[in-house]
Amino acid sequence: MAEVITYREAVAVGLAQEMARDPSVVLIGEDVGAAGGVFKATVGLFERFGPSRVRDTPISEQAILGAAMGAAMTGLRPVAELMFADFVSVGHDIIVNQIAKARYMTDGQVELPLVVRFGNGGGLRFGAQHSQSVEGWLMAVPGLKVVVPSSPADVIGLMAASIRDNDPVMFLEEKALYGTKGEVPDHEHVDELGTAVVRREGSGATIVSLGTMVHRSMDAAERLAEDGIECEVIDLRCLVPLDVTTVATSVTKTAHMYTVEENPRLCGWGAELVSIVTEECFYDLDGPVRRITSPHVPLPAADALEDAVIPSVERIVQVIRESLD
Amino acid sequence: MTIESTTQVISGAPHGAGVRADLETRTGMYRAQVRARYFEKEANDLFLQNLVKGTTHLATGQEAVAAGVAGALRPDDYVFATYRGHNHALLRGVPMDALFGELMGRENGLMAGKGGSMHLTSVERNFMGSYAIVGAHLTIANGAAWSALYRGTDQVAVAFFGDGATNIGAFHEALNLAAIWKLPVVFVCENNLYMEYTAISAVTAVEHPAASRASAYGLSPLLIDGNDADVVYACATEAVALAREGGGPSLIEALTYRHGGHSRADPGKYRPDSEIQEWMSRDPLPLYRARLESDGVAAETLDKIEQEAHDEVATARETAKASPPADTATVERQVFSDGGSSWRR
Repeated sequence: MAEVITYREAVAVGLAQEMARDPSVVLIGEDVGAAGGVFKATVGLFERFGPSRVRDTPISEQAILGAAMGAAMTGLRPVAELMFADFVSVGHDIIVNQIAKARYMTDGQVELPLVVRFGNGGGLRFGAQHSQSVEGWLMAVPGLKVVVPSSPADVIGLMAASIRDNDPVMFLEEKALYGTKGEVPDHEHVDELGTAVVRREGSGATIVSLGTMVHRSMDAAERLAEDGIECEVIDLRCLVPLDVTTVATSVTKTAHMYTVEENPRLCGWGAELVSIVTEECFYDLDGPVRRITSPHVPLPAADALEDAVIPSVERIVQVIRESLD
Repeated sequence: MTIESTTQVISGAPHGAGVRADLETRTGMYRAQVRARYFEKEANDLFLQNLVKGTTHLATGQEAVAAGVAGALRPDDYVFATYRGHNHALLRGVPMDALFGELMGRENGLMAGKGGSMHLTSVERNFMGSYAIVGAHLTIANGAAWSALYRGTDQVAVAFFGDGATNIGAFHEALNLAAIWKLPVVFVCENNLYMEYTAISAVTAVEHPAASRASAYGLSPLLIDGNDADVVYACATEAVALAREGGGPSLIEALTYRHGGHSRADPGKYRPDSEIQEWMSRDPLPLYRARLESDGVAAETLDKIEQEAHDEVATARETAKASPPADTATVERQVFSDGGSSWRR
C-alpha cells in the first residue's frame, strides 16, 4: 500500500534506497551528516550508513565538487549536496569546465557517474542569493543532465535513475516543495530520465511546466476548466534529456502552447522549447506560443515582491484566458 | 634563499631525508628527463612548422620534478597534472606517438584530437588528466584519494601544479579538505618562479608560495631543489609512503626554472639575464648525467639513452605526421555515456 510522505523525506528515502543497494554510492556536503542537512533532506542517513559514506565537508564548494569528480573517475558513485542552488556559482568551474567536459575532451576515457543535489528556486523569502532557479545555467552546458522533480514519488524514482546513470546529473530539489506531500511506492522505485509526464489531459491548450510550477499550472488548469478551457499539463521532469516527443504530441492535439517557468525570462528553458516547437510543429499551432516566466530580475526578498515575480496561478490563468479569447 | 642552498632537501623532510634510489632507478630517471626534454624540443619545432596549432606550455628545464616523483610512484597511483603536463604524461608511460598526434590534432591522438596539448589524459595509465583551469585539479585529486581510501586500496594520488596555483581558492580548499580527511594525496608545487609572465614573489604574501602555507593546513613545510631528481625522489618517496600508510597528505614545493616563456606566445623577456644564466648553469640534465657518471654509470650507457630517446622522438613524430587529421565524425561523440551528444527525446 502506498505511503504518503513529504518531498523532503523522499530525498532521504531515495538516497537510502540506492545506498543500501550499492556500496559505491556515497554522500558528501555541508551539514549532510549528523545534522541531517540544512533542509533536513538527509535525516537518518548518517546513522544508518555511517561516517565513511555520509561525510560532512567544510564550506568549500570547489572542494566538494572536485572530490565528487575525482571519486566518480575512480569507481565511486558520489552524491554531492551543494545546499542552496545559488552556491553553484562558487563551484561553477568544477561543474562547467571539469565535470561537464571530461568525457568529451578525453573521447570517452573518463566516466563520471555522479549526482549533484541542490535546493533550487524561490518562494521562501530568502532573497536574491538563496532563491534563484538555476536550471537554465546548467541546461546550457553540454555534458550535464538536469533533473527537476515535482513530487515525492518522482524524487525517489528520478534520484534512483540519476544515481544509476553514468553521466553527471544535476538534481534540482525545489525548496518550495520540500514540505509538500504525496504518495510514494512501498517497493523499490526507479524511474527513467528524459521522460515527461502528462499530469492532466486536455484538448484546449498545452501547459508545459517544471518543478514548483507544475503545481501552479495544475491549479490554473482547474480554474480554466471552469471557463470551459481544458488544458493539458505536462511536467517535463528533466531538461536534459528533454522529452520533446511528449510536448510535440500534445501541441499537435491542442494547437496552443504555454510554458510556465520560474526562471528569469532570458534564456529560460522555455525559450529553447518554444524554438523547437515553432521549428517542428509550426503548422500545428493555431496561435502564438506564450512564455509565462519570472521577469528578468533577481528575486526580491519581501513576500509581496517575491509573489509578484514568480508566476502565480492568477497570472497563468489570466495569460491563457486572454490569449485564447 | 640562495640558489646554492637549494641543492638538497632544505627543510621538513617527513621522516628524515636521504632515501636514495638504486642506480638502475636513477638511470631510469635520467632516461625520463631526457625523453621529456627531447619531446618538448620536438613539440616546439612542430609548432614552428605550424604542425602544432593553438598553444603549448613547455616544461623544458623542469624535468627533474616529474622524473623524481614518477620514480617514487606505483603504476596504479593516480597522477593529475596541468596544462604544462606533456612530461607528466610521458613519465606515466603514455606512448609518444599518441602525444604528438594529440598535439598535432591527428586521428592517432591520445584523445582523438578532442583534448589538445592542455588536456592530455590516459585513464589506462592512471594519468588522470592535465587541467587547464589553474588549481582545479587539486580538488579532483582529493576525490581520487578519497575513493582509494574508501575502497580500501593503498593507492596514492599526486597533483602537480605551478606556483601560480597557490593563490587561487581551489588550492586552499583542496589542502584543507585533504588535511581534515587525511587523504592519501601528495601535492607537488613546481615553483618555476613565474606565474605566467609575473614573478610569483611579486604577487604572493609569503616567501615560499606553497611551503610557507603548509603550516596553515597542519603540514610540514617541504622546500626542495626541484632541479635534482635525487632530491625530488627522496622527498616524494617519503611523502608517498606517508600517504600510503594512512598518514595523510604532503605539500612539496620544488624549486625549478622554466627555460622558456609561459607559452608559445611568450618569449619570457621579463626575466633578468643573470637569473637565466644562473638557472641554465643548473640545468638538471647535464648535472644529473655528470653525477651518474661519477657514481659509476658508463658514459656509453648514458649516450645510448640519449640516442634512443632521440630515435623514439623521431619515430613518434613521423607516426603522428603520417596519421590523418582528426576525424570530424567524432565531433558529436562522447558528450554522454551513450557515446553520443543527443540531449532530446
